[in-house]
Amino acid sequence: MARRIIAGVTVDVNDEGYFTNPAQWTDAVGLEIAREEGIHLTDKHYEVLHFLRNRYANGDQLTIRAVGESGIIDIKGFYGLFPGAPMKKAAKVAGIPKPRSCI
Amino acid sequence: MIKEEFPLKKVCIICGKGAIEDVYTTLVMGNGAVMEGIETKIFFTFFGLDAITTKTMNSLHTGTVGNPAMRMPGNLPFPSLLGMLPGVEAGVSAMMRHKMDKLDIPPVKEYLEMITAGGGEIYACQLAMDMFKLKKEDLWKGVSDVLTVGEFYERCGGLQTQIIFT
Repeated sequence: MARRIIAGVTVDVNDEGYFTNPAQWTDAVGLEIAREEGIHLTDKHYEVLHFLRNRYANGDQLTIRAVGESGIIDIKGFYGLFPGAPMKKAAKVAGIPKPRSCI
Repeated sequence: MIKEEFPLKKVCIICGKGAIEDVYTTLVMGNGAVMEGIETKIFFTFFGLDAITTKTMNSLHTGTVGNPAMRMPGNLPFPSLLGMLPGVEAGVSAMMRHKMDKLDIPPVKEYLEMITAGGGEIYACQLAMDMFKLKKEDLWKGVSDVLTVGEFYERCGGLQTQIIFT
């Protein structure tokens, strides 16, 4: 557990940099974390981030398949937005805990 | 946090069996690697070819005979004799597919599409294709190529690479 100041907001993160309290997240905070990850956020990115935050808030599983069915973007596009490990990266930028999904 | 000194860079998976559980082990491991940003190549051979053959890919079965791990609902033993009755294997297989669907596990074709959408590559074994008299046209269109064993190994080189046999 650590405390960081991101975009002027004090946030609690774990050892890997994932938020432990998603309520501390704002769009500006997301922008700053994305910049650290080498990603410039577009409107499309934000749509995906809000989708993931909503799912997390509802207690739904965060799966790549769900993103593909969201109507926001297809799976290939998701890999394009958050290159490498998209679900982990997107969760980190979205200020939610690291996903534990296998799908 | 566990610091991994030499994280996996490439995973090559070989699937030689065509039962639901064999194919899904391959798909889960393969897609999981793609999700982690690991370069992923999957080689389907022998009965594993069923998973990438258009006609069979979405109707895979699980064996109900000689499968000691098979249980009835409620964890009761599943007699092998019962598994021999007509329709039982199809019923059990359909039930397994239904259970997976409830866990948001996609059907085989969609799972393969997820893997290739993330940059994973799917290959078929030349020798097994010859043996089963299959042609490239019989295969799912997302299959990258039909390869000999040697050609597959050529693609499995590099440090921090693992070959997994499911």
